[in-house]
Amino acid sequence: METILATNKLSSFRQGAQAGVSIAIGYMPIALTFGLLAKTTGLTLTETVMMSMIVFAGASQYIALNLLSLGTGTFEIVLTTFILNIRHFLMTASLNEKADHDALWKKALYAFGITDETFSVAATKEGNVNAAYMFGLIALSYGSWVVNSGIGHLVGASLPQSLQESMSVALYAMFIGLLVPSLKKQRKTIWLAGLAAVVNSLLLLVFHLPKGWAIVIATLLAAVIVQYIAKESEGKHDA
Amino acid sequence: MMRSEIAWMILGMGLVTYIPRMLPLAVFHRVKLPPFLQGVLKNVPYATLGALIVPGIFFIHEDIWFGVLGFISAFVAAWFGANVIVVVLASVAVLSLYALI
Repeated sequence: METILATNKLSSFRQGAQAGVSIAIGYMPIALTFGLLAKTTGLTLTETVMMSMIVFAGASQYIALNLLSLGTGTFEIVLTTFILNIRHFLMTASLNEKADHDALWKKALYAFGITDETFSVAATKEGNVNAAYMFGLIALSYGSWVVNSGIGHLVGASLPQSLQESMSVALYAMFIGLLVPSLKKQRKTIWLAGLAAVVNSLLLLVFHLPKGWAIVIATLLAAVIVQYIAKESEGKHDA
Repeated sequence: MMRSEIAWMILGMGLVTYIPRMLPLAVFHRVKLPPFLQGVLKNVPYATLGALIVPGIFFIHEDIWFGVLGFISAFVAAWFGANVIVVVLASVAVLSLYALI
């Protein structure tokens, strides 16, 4: 029995690690550039790697560099980071719905590794997710993020420009790769993704809302409206 | 070498990043939410993906065709059932070719 459990855990971990490969590839150009920018902003190698190890949030780290170079104070940088990361409340609450009943400390541990990318992969996976799967997924993503930040700082250069440019599509391509299978299966997905995409674009481009708020509002609005309509039409079928 | 001011900034950033990631898992640990809210939360991944892709992908390069081409190649590869890694590599390859031309 225990061997079976151990094997299951191992295969979940491996499954997670496999799913993490695309994230690891996608993080590479972003982390390398982060390391490079951190160096030009005047952060030491230790500071750069520590930031990637402790924060592990791409957009926030980029903004922190930008604010640092403008001479912004620590408190304001931390506050900006918080606002940008409010969207993770929504993501983790959603992930919790399909999370296995692992011990709380395990959940608290893998919570650290929830990013836009690891969330998207875990949330679109068939069936439930357990801690072993999340650890595998996060191990590759986190490893790529931290190591490549360090390399970017050390080498002081990112990838050749043309490769850097074409690799910048990697994470977006991954998101599309995660979305399309469900798009083919369920009409509801088209509405959810389409509505959120339109609202997000409007909020960013027309109303110039900060990215953190735009994504939260767009996601919530789409999720609530589509759920409301689905419930209404269900009610009509019942009647 | 690590300056204390930078260390505090990193710790602060780490904390405010970890809290939103951890709190829902801890608070809703073994809590059953009302059905409507459950439905909304189940919708969140697909809505999030929509907002993560658009409009961001169209701004990865000054040349908007970069994003458009990346979008189309990823979409086509995924539509024909390609594995996510293949989708990623295919769109990077298409854009590398485009950059060469």
